[in-house]
Amino acid sequence: MENIIAEYIKEGRSDAWRAELRKSMKAKERTSLERVQMPEQDPLVRNKNIIEVNLGVTEQMAVAEAHRCLDCPQPTCTVGCPVGINIPKFIKKIETKDFLGAAAVIKETNALPAVCGRVCPQEKQCELSCFYTDKLHATPIAIGHLERFAADYERNSGKMNIPEVAKSNGIKVAVVGSGPSGLAAAGDLAKFGYDVTVFEALHEIGGVLKYGIPEFRLPNDIVDVEIENMRKMGIKFRTNFIVGKTASFEDLRAQGFQAFFVGSGAGLPRFMNIPGENYNGIFSSNEYLTRVNLMKAAHEEYDTPVLIGKNVAVIGGGNTAMDSVRTSKRLGAKRSMIIYRSSLEEMPARVEEVHHAMAEEIEFMNLHNPVEYFADENGRVNKMRVQKMKLGEPDASGRRRPIPIEGSEFDIEVDTVVVAVGVSPNPIVPSSLKNLKMTDWGTIVVNKETMQSSISDIFAGGDIVRGGATVILAMGDGRKAAVGIHKYIQEKIKAS
Amino acid sequence: MNKIVEMEFFSENVAKIVLEAPDIANSRKAGHFVIIRLNEKGERIPLTIADGDSEKGTITLVVQKVGVTSAKLLAMKAGEEILDVVGPLGHPTHIENYGTVLCAGGGVGVAPMLPIIKALKEAGNKVISVLAGRTKELIILEDEVKKHSDEVIIMTDDGSYGKKGLVTAGMEEVIQREKVNKAVVIGPAIMMKFGSLTTKKYNIPTEVSLNTIMVDGTGMCGACRVSVGGRTKFVCVDGPEFDAFQVDWNEMMMRMGAYKTQEHEAYEKYLKTVETVA
Ligand SMILES: Cc1cc2nc3c(=O)[nH]c(=O)nc-3n(C[C@H](O)[C@H](O)[C@H](O)COP(=O)(O)OP(=O)(O)OC[C@H]3O[C@@H](n4cnc5c(N)ncnc54)[C@H](O)[C@@H]3O)c2cc1C
Ligand SMILES: Cc1cc2nc3c(=O)[nH]c(=O)nc-3n(C[C@H](O)[C@H](O)[C@H](O)COP(=O)(O)OP(=O)(O)OC[C@H]3O[C@@H](n4cnc5c(N)ncnc54)[C@H](O)[C@@H]3O)c2cc1C
Ligand code: SF4
Ligand code: SF4
Ligand code: FES
Repeated sequence: MENIIAEYIKEGRSDAWRAELRKSMKAKERTSLERVQMPEQDPLVRNKNIIEVNLGVTEQMAVAEAHRCLDCPQPTCTVGCPVGINIPKFIKKIETKDFLGAAAVIKETNALPAVCGRVCPQEKQCELSCFYTDKLHATPIAIGHLERFAADYERNSGKMNIPEVAKSNGIKVAVVGSGPSGLAAAGDLAKFGYDVTVFEALHEIGGVLKYGIPEFRLPNDIVDVEIENMRKMGIKFRTNFIVGKTASFEDLRAQGFQAFFVGSGAGLPRFMNIPGENYNGIFSSNEYLTRVNLMKAAHEEYDTPVLIGKNVAVIGGGNTAMDSVRTSKRLGAKRSMIIYRSSLEEMPARVEEVHHAMAEEIEFMNLHNPVEYFADENGRVNKMRVQKMKLGEPDASGRRRPIPIEGSEFDIEVDTVVVAVGVSPNPIVPSSLKNLKMTDWGTIVVNKETMQSSISDIFAGGDIVRGGATVILAMGDGRKAAVGIHKYIQEKIKAS
Repeated sequence: MNKIVEMEFFSENVAKIVLEAPDIANSRKAGHFVIIRLNEKGERIPLTIADGDSEKGTITLVVQKVGVTSAKLLAMKAGEEILDVVGPLGHPTHIENYGTVLCAGGGVGVAPMLPIIKALKEAGNKVISVLAGRTKELIILEDEVKKHSDEVIIMTDDGSYGKKGLVTAGMEEVIQREKVNKAVVIGPAIMMKFGSLTTKKYNIPTEVSLNTIMVDGTGMCGACRVSVGGRTKFVCVDGPEFDAFQVDWNEMMMRMGAYKTQEHEAYEKYLKTVETVA
């Protein structure tokens, strides 16, 4: 796999236009340029609306940023990208102002660039391994911003290209779950010519992209455009359909489905199991975000309610916690707090989101952990007890684990609490299949190359295999599985 | 889109709705429920599948008007369509031959009870059903229950029909009289609480079907959580049926009141809009 990607990245680097472009500006000059700053809404305005925080870079800014990229002979950036996007090639297309060309390059390996440009943890992936970060100890090329720019440019140009699909082979394949892994698998399977149906338990397509990640970070329209394109590729979508419940795998096999991709996600929220956690006003982040994002609970004309708090505490330090706490501020909370048991540096959220949250007047209480909740006479939470923590000595893995400080407890007034301490794999599919091999953590065991599970016609990827990962890793799995399914079906045909 | 095929009112506030849902009609079992959303702006609400016909591709729901969504649903007519119906959800009821089973249903709780009564009877049990409601109008599905029970006792709070008294009085009567091996109690939370306190006195294993607030119904949100046997359970995926003696009833009732203020305001507002239209 690595070799194939390396070959793919090398390809085209020696093309005349790239060689000329490299010569057009000295490396020294390129490295002396400043990284582009993403324009954003004013923090104290945006924390009251749900419009996207990042406004997107202009054409001039994108071209200027593209000039910084050195078009390295060994582009380490691409190693950091889980789907191996040809980063220098698309950036150099931007430098020549061929923005549609840039989008086309990205789409060779990533079906949802407008999404990834916005939500990938670039600072831990492509931008971490950029030559600038790695060797120059300087700010990396803004690869995410440029990816988003190219994708948005294409979408707004009205010239969005619908991927070519092979002639239909009439073979039915089912995709279970419409999150990023399912969508990526469906896209590639359709390209190979399969008759693809995506089954989704909820009433909307998109998985976490729709019910989890808020509008102010990833507008739903962007996801919808991609889904519309997939419909144009001939992919069918069935919402309100739970595979394993509405119909079993056996039923679907009987209907002619030859193979399955399971991308059912990690939708089981964890709680901390501390006293009082079931009081009213204490939500899982999934419930809180689903009410607001999927059910539009904050809109007057929608029927679903949500409890709007004055003093909101969100427990956790990941993206989900950041999304919840910033949502609470936008719903009108006076005080929105992050309560996280470890230090700021240990927070798993995207760095940009943490910075954005701080600017939006979110309070950060790091090295604090809840131990108990209290409620008023109606059972609505009104107080939480937290304990201070300190970092222990680094363990074998070099991580400094938080340890509680005895006797340091104190109370905070709260009326809404969102618990965002992680999720477990969704058990519906595994529990409907007796012979499916699982890990002790409830994830599906697959062959890492083909994504095939212990049941030969069932493939899986994304959070149901990884137990919680990122959008781009989920998509990478979906694409790998599409190839695996293609091979599996072709071999089956040959054998018969 | 799921078409309403038939709508029959048992009383002003309770109706039977037959709905097109071929896949669900095929796979549903006693004890399963669905989640519906009436329209784009609607809320997702859980309703038990009271009956189904896999040949016609329909399922039957029995709905009581308690707030905005149920009122909007009961205001719909045959031929109209419901935007989303998903299911079947939850674990089906565990059915076996226990001997004599006491089935106590309160109000609209009789609807989810009906398929259970049927299945218990088919499994060879002697089924004694107690139907309870505040007044005569609130006693539903009497004929259907009679068809599948060995005996039916009817209780009303005001004595307007059957015997006067609470559901627990009817249950006591049976338990005093003969050996009961198993009890199933379904209805409003308060009725299930006192019903199971009654059976507990006599050590009769008892199942209840919890009706907590839900959103997705697939284990994703935790809105439906309640303590059972001291551990947090998700009613939609771990239930909806549980051992009655393990349920933390006070917590369950507290959680069901989470949105009381909002629900009340929404209902008042809804009534106003209905009045203006009329
Ligand atoms: C609030 C939040 C913020 C996040 N922010 C980021 C971020 O900024 N960057 C990032 O990279 N990652 C982020 N993540 C993580 C990322 O969203 C997930 O890793 C990714 O969505 C996993 O994709 P998936 O396809 O495996 O599953 P999901 O996106 O979870 O989709 C699974 C879908 O399958 C459906 N389903 C489940 N069971 C069935 C069934 N039996 N039949 C039919 N359908 C079924 C579910 O309803 C769901 O729609 C975030 C996650 C959350 C919750
Ligand atoms: C598994 C299950 C099976 C059910 N089966 C039936 C049935 O067969 N027939 C029937 O009439 N009712 C049934 N219910 C109850 C039904 O879901 C509620 O009456 C309905 O949601 C009320 O909505 P509303 O907008 O009309 O009223 P609201 O004004 O919103 O609420 C009135 C009361 O209903 C409860 N409720 C509110 N929202 C929800 C929700 N999203 N989910 C669950 N309960 C809620 C609350 O306790 C609330 O106090 C069932 C509930 C569950 C959990
Ligand atoms: S997909 Fe993500 S990791 Fe890959 S280049 Fe784009 S932003 Fe970076
Ligand atoms: S490593 Fe950085 S500078 Fe080099 S090609 Fe990649 S993005 Fe450009
Ligand atoms: S309704 Fe969401 S977990 Fe049960």
